[in-house]
Amino acid sequence: MKQLVVPELGEGVENAVVACWHYQVGDNIKESDDIVELVTDKASFNVPSDYTGVLKEILVCEGQTAKIGQALALIET
Amino acid sequence: METLQETINVIDLGYIDYLSAYKLQQEAVNRVIETGQQSIFLCEHPPVITLGRLAKEENFIISREQIKADNVEIHSIDRGGDITLHSPGQLVAYPILKLTNYGKDLHLYLMNLEKVLIDLLAEFDILASRFPGRTGVWFSGKKIASIGIGVRKWISFHGIGLNVSTDLNLFSYIKPCGLNVRMTSIADIKKMQIDMGQIKSEFLRKFTDVFNVRLTAGE
Repeated sequence: MKQLVVPELGEGVENAVVACWHYQVGDNIKESDDIVELVTDKASFNVPSDYTGVLKEILVCEGQTAKIGQALALIET
Repeated sequence: METLQETINVIDLGYIDYLSAYKLQQEAVNRVIETGQQSIFLCEHPPVITLGRLAKEENFIISREQIKADNVEIHSIDRGGDITLHSPGQLVAYPILKLTNYGKDLHLYLMNLEKVLIDLLAEFDILASRFPGRTGVWFSGKKIASIGIGVRKWISFHGIGLNVSTDLNLFSYIKPCGLNVRMTSIADIKKMQIDMGQIKSEFLRKFTDVFNVRLTAGE
């Protein structure tokens, strides 16, 4: 099982809010697909997957805050 | 910046409705993915209020119905930030850039956009500045430019709105960026008519300097 994590977004950016999941649990996803949209103060950022597989579990729901490096979802490859 | 000089296609859309420009931005993002060609769009929009992902309904000062009755469009969109307004006389710029070539840093990118605007305004003897913790550009306690971006596959879209000769009364519909702030414009400060063409040229010149890019005329 692989993790989809909040990537480094830049100096001083410590966390982001999950705005919108583009896929649901059970969906097939491909490497580089945008999986989830995060928002910081002035930017929205789509997080692409590093893996092809199945989205097994969403760990941070829409509206919740996640820290840089935190796992957002699990992907079965 | 320590980057090789990139070539950016400049496309002046003139006066264009918000959703048409948005569609062109998304096509341009896809073009970066497919061919690597980056762009920057310049335009002005008919009156439109946009709500970013963090927008709160309470930041409407009057009702949506009343705003629409005044022929101002309202759209919820995929950018950061709260609520803002575009209208004629405001320079809107949408850089479609591969941010991996410019530091791969959202904060740095926002700061660079602010610098472009601050440098531009300095050419008009307007000593604008940042306001710590509040992205955008400010002059004498009033906000003159707003910034909000979206990023897909590390490619930027959305961008900046600089009040050149905007009708500032329109901002009374909303709390811009969710703040109790007053807005200003270049024309408001200088008490004179300002040529949008001159502002566009100056914007591109400062953009070239700050991002260390080469510009070409687009289609």
